[in-house]
Amino acid sequence: MATRTLEFTFDEMRVNMGPQHPSTHGVFRGVLVLEGEEIKDLIPHIGYLHRGVEKLAEHLSYVQDVPIMARNDYLGPVHNELVMAHAVEKLANIQVPERAQYLRVMASELHRIASHLVWTGTFLLDMGGALGGGSTMFLYLFQARESIMDLYEEWTGARFHPNLVQIGGVRFDLPAGFDRKVKEALQTVRNTVNEVREMVEGNPVFEQRTRGVGVLSPELAQSIGCSGPVLRASGVAYDVRKAFPYDAYDKMDFEIVTATAGDVRARYEVRINEIFQAAHIVEQALEGLPEGPIGAKPPVKAPVAVKAPKGEVYFRVESARGELGAYLVSDGSHKPYRLKLRSPSFSNLQAIQHLVRGHKVADVVVILGSLDPVFGDVDR
Amino acid sequence: MKWLLVAFWSVVILSVALLIAAYMIWWERKFAGRMQRRIGPYWVGYPHGWLQSIADAIKILRKEDIIPKNADKWVYNIAPFLFMVPPMFLFAVFPFSKTWVVADLNVGLLYVLAVSSLGVFGVMMAGWGSHNKYALLSAMRYVSQMISYEVPLVLSALVPVVLTGSMNLGAITNAQKGLWFALWPVVGWVAFVVFLLATLAEGNRAPFDIPEAESELIGGFAVEYSGWKFAMFYVGEYVHLLAVSILASVLFLGGWRGPLLPPLLWLFIKTVFMYSVLLWIRWSFVRLRVDQLMVFNWKVLVPVSVVNLLLAALWVVLR
Repeated sequence: MATRTLEFTFDEMRVNMGPQHPSTHGVFRGVLVLEGEEIKDLIPHIGYLHRGVEKLAEHLSYVQDVPIMARNDYLGPVHNELVMAHAVEKLANIQVPERAQYLRVMASELHRIASHLVWTGTFLLDMGGALGGGSTMFLYLFQARESIMDLYEEWTGARFHPNLVQIGGVRFDLPAGFDRKVKEALQTVRNTVNEVREMVEGNPVFEQRTRGVGVLSPELAQSIGCSGPVLRASGVAYDVRKAFPYDAYDKMDFEIVTATAGDVRARYEVRINEIFQAAHIVEQALEGLPEGPIGAKPPVKAPVAVKAPKGEVYFRVESARGELGAYLVSDGSHKPYRLKLRSPSFSNLQAIQHLVRGHKVADVVVILGSLDPVFGDVDR
Repeated sequence: MKWLLVAFWSVVILSVALLIAAYMIWWERKFAGRMQRRIGPYWVGYPHGWLQSIADAIKILRKEDIIPKNADKWVYNIAPFLFMVPPMFLFAVFPFSKTWVVADLNVGLLYVLAVSSLGVFGVMMAGWGSHNKYALLSAMRYVSQMISYEVPLVLSALVPVVLTGSMNLGAITNAQKGLWFALWPVVGWVAFVVFLLATLAEGNRAPFDIPEAESELIGGFAVEYSGWKFAMFYVGEYVHLLAVSILASVLFLGGWRGPLLPPLLWLFIKTVFMYSVLLWIRWSFVRLRVDQLMVFNWKVLVPVSVVNLLLAALWVVLR
């Protein structure tokens, strides 16, 4: 008896996800090509948050450029301030005093903790929704982040954009009795993160949603320029803090956190462990904090005071999202001739197209969330 | 004159049910707030924002009623009614005390199960009529979820029926004079847990709130609705939740039975308890994916409830 095979054809449906969508982490727009619930393709569109920061930087002096950069990646402002300040310092050959180096390390690790806390919260929010368990853990984590914001408020006077880094050092020294408060805040963070881990890890719903979802191979990750936790979750031990140490990172004792699975769960694990590593680094920086000046002499006061010699330079730091680079061309004046930022969010985001194929609609937001894009950083 | 009495009590019970639904929303917000280390509604009404739900209702009724340009207008407009009205029918057969029941049907449970699954038409029509892809996806998910979870729901609700030998909800309540069905060893426990999980899925609550899924489908089938039509979906969901909470108390927690306190108060306490359990689950779990939801239903809940029902039947036969 001859067998007949039935062939089904499906009409593909195109769904426009974003830019106004609750879980696209800002203004990501992805055109989903669907077959029922299954995703055939995703066409990403970016640029809805483009503010022309690189062009703007050409019209401002170096001193003014540093705080402007903090507006790109608003979850880790210090990293952006750092990369700009470092690029100018490298070009103008300005030496940063040791105390300032330690303070910079401390500030950037505090912001790494804050950023990862926000990430964990919003990631669970993507999975559990604002009207579910996700929001409960989101609020716990935000309360922990609040303790770090309070530290910044006391240290610099600002909670969100601290404007801490300046060319040649840092702007503010630690207030009196600060180390005790830092230790308290770190304890709060550790307790909260452990609490959240207890709530989600091993929970069958969470494990099912994350394991084996959005597997990023190390080859693909490297070929599209992923960095940071996204790359390390695929098993590549690359960290700018170890590979190209800046500030006092060569004096710190910490490990590069990696995972091998490369799926969403691995990225979660890497970030959670990085919170503990970062807390460890902050404590070391506090303990080893040397006495001395916090800024280069003479102190930079007027907005036009720093002039960089003619030339070009590339400097990279490890932001919470990965390798953040600044390529700076100077024509010898007090303004940059050209500035190009290499943002980790942009490179990591490229993976989304490869990761979502074959998954379900619900996985898109989870995978997108796991890449941790900040759209101020993607579009600049 | 009997029909007049029935009509009177129907109006009373429906009004009270709507009022209670409004306060369930308030209770949920307070409950969730406490779970999340915050206070919840506080300023509208003293103490503890007890007027919040009323204020929200007034606000939402004053909003503009938008009909999308390409919507299927008839379907779009009828859908909220079809979603909100069926859960209200359920209150007709619940025994609130020994004698206090609007319609003492001898197939009460059958009626409840049949009517409560009517709501799916409203969702399907809303999803189709809105001319919105998100709404359509959500409606597809909702229909498949409802139909699938109906099976374990019915199978676990049949366990009290088998143990009682009647489908009358009053008779089921009376049969729990000695021991609540939820406390019966093994058979009762399993049936209660399965019923709870299936109720979560039927009531479209986290971790089974896949159709609503605001993080991916931005609110789902009701995404194009505004004003009082959206309010009808919202209220319909809570009336349904209230109904299933009462149903769970009647089937498994002995209904109005209890010492000292009046029967209505006992039923109220049990309903609030059941509802709080649902909230507790909702605010501590993340959401399942649609395929995992189906796997969980067909590979776990259905076999377990079938075996459980057989065990219950076997016990009744061998007794």
